[in-house]
Amino acid sequence: MVEIILFWLFSILGIAGAVGLIFNRNPIYAALSLIINFFSIAGLYLSLRAEFLAVIQILVYAGAIMVLFLFVIMLLNLQTEEKAEKFDAKRGIAFLFGLAFAAEMIYALRSFASEGQTPLAAQFDYGQVEPIGRSLMTSFLFPFEMISVVLLAALIGAIVVARKHTYT
Amino acid sequence: MMDFFTPNVYSYLAVSALMFALGAVGVMTRRNGIVVFMCIELMLNAVNLALITFSRMHNDPAGSILVFFVMCVAAAEAVVGLSIVLAIFRNKLNIDINQVNIFKW
Repeated sequence: MVEIILFWLFSILGIAGAVGLIFNRNPIYAALSLIINFFSIAGLYLSLRAEFLAVIQILVYAGAIMVLFLFVIMLLNLQTEEKAEKFDAKRGIAFLFGLAFAAEMIYALRSFASEGQTPLAAQFDYGQVEPIGRSLMTSFLFPFEMISVVLLAALIGAIVVARKHTYT
Repeated sequence: MMDFFTPNVYSYLAVSALMFALGAVGVMTRRNGIVVFMCIELMLNAVNLALITFSRMHNDPAGSILVFFVMCVAAAEAVVGLSIVLAIFRNKLNIDINQVNIFKW
């Protein structure tokens, strides 16, 4: 019973956060809606028994990445996006596309509805830290090491792109 | 009646698809560069939710590990994207992506 209530609470809250992100014209409010969305996704991870990834979601996304976004928004001191004065055909097409995409995905995935409760009721061994660390260090060792190269490249790239160019 | 409200694999996948569609609409409609980046983060999160659902369904570590990697790459992407936004702001004094079209001919 608690599981059902929590699922609906977190999914409605998450979708409300996503709607708030795309409709708030003030970037700060949009970022705060996205933080609500990230917390509810972490709650959905918990209801899927993926405890480690829920904690990482809150630490990395809601913590580090969103603080970085808020920091940049406040650094740039942006004014709110002004309202489009007339109806824009591009926006209408974009909303139609989004609606068509959502409807198509929900229709295409309907075969999973008949599987009922059993797949989620089955045991799940990979939610804790220990089994995830074990598979990171055995079968996924090479991609795990390559992540460090990606992070180093991002670090250097960010410094190179964002520094003040002085051609002396 | 209770059966409809009980979450199964399909409910999680439907939530994930809705969030992805909302993120895609945001990328296409918003003009503020930072908000476009936040919509991309939202789409990545929607895909992560679907990956964890499938990982749980098959009791397979690959989905969870892939989510871990997606989070790392998203962190790297956010850093590089925000520094690009900063560089654009330094040149144009705003980040309206409709005005950033120097590669268009």
